[in-house]
Amino acid sequence: MRNIWIVFKRELKEQFNSMLAYVFIVIFVLLSMALTFWFRNFFDPNAQDASLEFTYFMWPAWLLMFLAPAVGMRLWSEEYRTGTIELLLTMPVAAWHAIVGKFFAGLAVIGVAIACSFPIVITVAYLGDPDNGTIWGGYIATFCYAAACLAITCAVSAFTRSVVACLIVSVTLCFMLLLIAVPPVQDYFTDVFGGGVSEAISSFSMFSHYNEMKRGVVSFPNLVFYVSLVSFCLFLTSVGIRAKRS
Amino acid sequence: MIEVKSLSKRFGSKLAVDDVSFKVGRGEVLGFLGPNGAGKSTTMRMVTGFLPPSAGSVTIDGIDVIAQPIAAKKRIGYLPESAPLYADMSVSSFLAFIAELRGMSGRENAAAVDRALDICFLDPVRNQSIDTLSKGYRHRTCLAQSILHDPDVLILDEPTDGLDPNQKQEVRNLIRRMGEEKAIIFSTHILEEVEAACTRAIIIDQGKVVADGSPAELKAKSKLAGVITVRINGLAGSGIRAALAALAGVSEVKESATGELSFYGQVVPRKADTGLSEAIFNLCKDKNLVLEELRVEEGRLDDVFREITIADTKLAKSA
Repeated sequence: MRNIWIVFKRELKEQFNSMLAYVFIVIFVLLSMALTFWFRNFFDPNAQDASLEFTYFMWPAWLLMFLAPAVGMRLWSEEYRTGTIELLLTMPVAAWHAIVGKFFAGLAVIGVAIACSFPIVITVAYLGDPDNGTIWGGYIATFCYAAACLAITCAVSAFTRSVVACLIVSVTLCFMLLLIAVPPVQDYFTDVFGGGVSEAISSFSMFSHYNEMKRGVVSFPNLVFYVSLVSFCLFLTSVGIRAKRS
Repeated sequence: MIEVKSLSKRFGSKLAVDDVSFKVGRGEVLGFLGPNGAGKSTTMRMVTGFLPPSAGSVTIDGIDVIAQPIAAKKRIGYLPESAPLYADMSVSSFLAFIAELRGMSGRENAAAVDRALDICFLDPVRNQSIDTLSKGYRHRTCLAQSILHDPDVLILDEPTDGLDPNQKQEVRNLIRRMGEEKAIIFSTHILEEVEAACTRAIIIDQGKVVADGSPAELKAKSKLAGVITVRINGLAGSGIRAALAALAGVSEVKESATGELSFYGQVVPRKADTGLSEAIFNLCKDKNLVLEELRVEEGRLDDVFREITIADTKLAKSA
């Protein structure tokens, strides 16, 4: 635990020292708010109720798809590029301590960014009487979704010393995992393979779990999905690090 | 302290380290020599537990590096080849981070950082950001990192690389001083460094140990070792030359400069240590010659290095 904390602290400091964290937070908040107000008619007078489900929580999934890789791309690639991996792995620290510490440092940055969208919650609460369940659900869904994208990036970055390659590959992977749960694509799968297969495919997508959770349905299977996806990706990270060494 | 047994490392089809074995005890400083790409860094990386070996074993203080990596790594201080650092940190916060990973906190941590800053002459730059430092300071920062926890075993990959002559001297002195109570392995290209700081040296070529011994023992393998350089005055050069050649045990006399009444050159004995220098001295005494210079060559490490490593390269090419 202590080692995880030490690695976490250093990594988090680096994220904020290098300004990357600030850039990320500002861009995330600006974009998600802009999109909410311009494209989802936040102030639509015909809206039935005050809700964030379709106005605000529509966007984080699409933004995090490329912003989470931007936070995670340096986690391991940078260590390879500068050679500091040799320092880190010759310390009396288990590799998984470093992996988990770094992952949570990235997640903390994204967590701060997500939390920075809180004014919109105050706004809906002021304007109407929103369903708090869906708001909490939305936040939990967003956070889990971010964790999944970051874990995927983490795994990719353990396989390459190029930060740019890591960014491109991770964004592509996150995009593909989002795409397979988008209705037109789902319909295509249903036409080709039948409904069962289509459903099975989309159940592998973070997006379908995200959509379920932001409705306020934070169910056990959803959490199991995210926990296992993140654990698997972190395991892949350790495989990548081992492969890079030998 | 360090025991390496038939260590091998294969990268794809290339055998980078081939059946290397050696031991380093407390109080020993082992110099690692070899041409570029000989497998020095790979061997050191395996000793520190960074690279898993393809075959063989490494034990530190009886602890197997592969079976108990954490316990073994606690005892090792390691300076990697390119002296990697987290460039966005300041020198003291970087060292504090490493000390924390080494299990030191609070006052103990601060004391360890101060001590390392002091030993490596880093005090003037302690609060400076690492990416603004010159190469020499960076290198010493990484060296400071390796001695933070006062380890019993130090593995230093080219510790004097990129330093100016004064700093090189300081680091050499540091290594020699620490070597009195630790087991140290360090690699270098600079042969005089081996003579200055090592108690033992190993030459590695193409992944194999090709020579192992104290600097003096290695030097004795030189063709030059045992050759006697003389400068004698008082008789025509050719006469002195003939007299030297007539001595028992001489295989060859090479002259560098002969004058009307002097001889300067080298006497090559058939075998080393046959008392030839005494015979030359007596010769001069008997004939009333002035012996200006008489020196038995120790041999030169770079000759040995070149002979061993070039011969191997040629062999490999012809094979």
